[in-house]
Amino acid sequence: MTEFLQQIINGLAWGAIYGLIALGYTMVYGVLRLINFAHGDIYMVGAMVGYYVARWIPQGTGLASFLSSLLAAMIVCGLLGALIERLAYKPLRHAPRINALITAIGVSLFLEYAGQLLFGADPKFFPNLIADKVFLQWHGIVINQIQVLIFSVTIVLMVLIHTIVQKTRLGKAMRAVSFSHTASQLVGINLNAVITFTFVLGSSLAGAAGILVSLSNPKIEPMMGIMPGLKAFVAAVLGGIGSIPGALVGGLLMGLSETFVVGYISSTYRDALAFLLLIVILLVRPSGLFGRSTAEKV
Amino acid sequence: MNLYYLQIINMIGINAIMAVSLNLIIGHTGQFSLGHAGFMAIGAYGSAAFTVYQKAFFLKLFSGLPPSLAESLLFLVALIFGGTLASLGGLLVGIPTLRLRGDYLAIATLGLGEIIRVLVLNLDFVGGARGFTDIPEYTNFFWIYLILTIVVVMMTRLVHSAKGKAFLAIREDEIAASSIGIDAFQYKIIAFVVGAFWAGIGGGLFAHLNTYLHTNSFSFLKSIEFIGMVVLGGMGSVTGSILAASLLTLLPEVLRVASEWRMIIYALLLIVFMILRPQGLLGKREFKWLLPKHPKGKNG
Repeated sequence: MTEFLQQIINGLAWGAIYGLIALGYTMVYGVLRLINFAHGDIYMVGAMVGYYVARWIPQGTGLASFLSSLLAAMIVCGLLGALIERLAYKPLRHAPRINALITAIGVSLFLEYAGQLLFGADPKFFPNLIADKVFLQWHGIVINQIQVLIFSVTIVLMVLIHTIVQKTRLGKAMRAVSFSHTASQLVGINLNAVITFTFVLGSSLAGAAGILVSLSNPKIEPMMGIMPGLKAFVAAVLGGIGSIPGALVGGLLMGLSETFVVGYISSTYRDALAFLLLIVILLVRPSGLFGRSTAEKV
Repeated sequence: MNLYYLQIINMIGINAIMAVSLNLIIGHTGQFSLGHAGFMAIGAYGSAAFTVYQKAFFLKLFSGLPPSLAESLLFLVALIFGGTLASLGGLLVGIPTLRLRGDYLAIATLGLGEIIRVLVLNLDFVGGARGFTDIPEYTNFFWIYLILTIVVVMMTRLVHSAKGKAFLAIREDEIAASSIGIDAFQYKIIAFVVGAFWAGIGGGLFAHLNTYLHTNSFSFLKSIEFIGMVVLGGMGSVTGSILAASLLTLLPEVLRVASEWRMIIYALLLIVFMILRPQGLLGKREFKWLLPKHPKGKNG
């Protein structure tokens, strides 16, 4: 029982990170109907930025240096996201969807190999910004400081995004754009600005996720984003693409089920599970847990 | 001929087989499959297991024939075995997923491709994580280009048949196609099974060319490479797929001089091509002189 509860805690911590990445996918898919394959690589860039910032800050560990790495990663990734959208995706907005998808894959390859050139192909070890100390112990179940930090950062960011999307004018514009590009332009919404803003928000979340992962999993390398990126997309579909609470719930479910497979079955099946989950969801409830199903108009 | 060049020419042929077979699914029928490398893996592992484990039995069975002929026969049977396994895989994957559309189909097929890869990784008799070694080297220039010719002839015949028109109708508008009585689901399954069969054959050729297999060669990046070939060549253009397969196989080799910049340039070229020429190099046109003549002479 203790082990079971411990697995749940670990699974939720992983899931929170998947949720953060999934949120970016969901938002971009919402406004552009594009699976942004480069999203996982933006998460890698976040981890790398955090690594260099943490090394420049003179030997300080603790919350302050963690927050500065987090902020730096979010800003750099946000800008990178905006840049990618302007250069690669904007010219393709009226092209067939498959072209946009291949371009996204091209951007993803570009980031991976540019990362290899820039950072080196060998893994780097993320500095211990937060000591791996026990935060809470209860009947043998351990929650450590890093997990607490992962949960709190995720919750703060989720609430922030939820507020932006639901309560601000910009958020309202984002929702309008995801409903219809043409109609939102007719009521005077600046389409380009809204799409760019969506990329900035989504990419900065991926950057934050990159830092959070590196705390508990300090080995970072340029190819680290591929699998988490795919799984986060699966999480977004699971929760219902376009839905913000859905992304979080999908991420948590993904993290939990993965931890259980690794803990009780075998780690080699870990990657297959995510996709099995996806196929089951797509067949049973294609719109995801929180998604709205749409009828096709003729 | 220089072995290095021969290897590239052989890889161009195999990639062209993969691209042409994927073109039936994506280009002609409009079903966005990201799992083609999975079918290739089934064919590669299936045929390799056949030649490795059945070789002794087979050669004994045909001991009356000269050994080289018996081995060619073994290879042919192994290829067909791999292709059939792959098409069964296509059927199993297709039935649940082809009810989905667009991006969802893409992600579901990507997922199934990865599941196939993980399952093969856990099969011990084909090497598992160590990789499958000591596969006899049967594939050569002759086999590859013979099969490529067969694929091209078959695909052009298929596309210009009544069934082929149904594929195109589904690509253009699935609802409209259904409303004039085309069983869209059935045709999509046919396209998937036929595409998977040839992908399996391509995998078998690949296995017996390299004599070593590892599941890393069949990741979803491989599927994406094939999709790149189909889109770059022009959706639905058979000769375009061949042209793009040649270009995209040659390009990384030519760029070898650029060493670590190689993949960066490759990625940038992919992006630039998609932006500047979204319809692909040939669009829907064909190099007609490369294709067999067909009675109606019309091009879909």
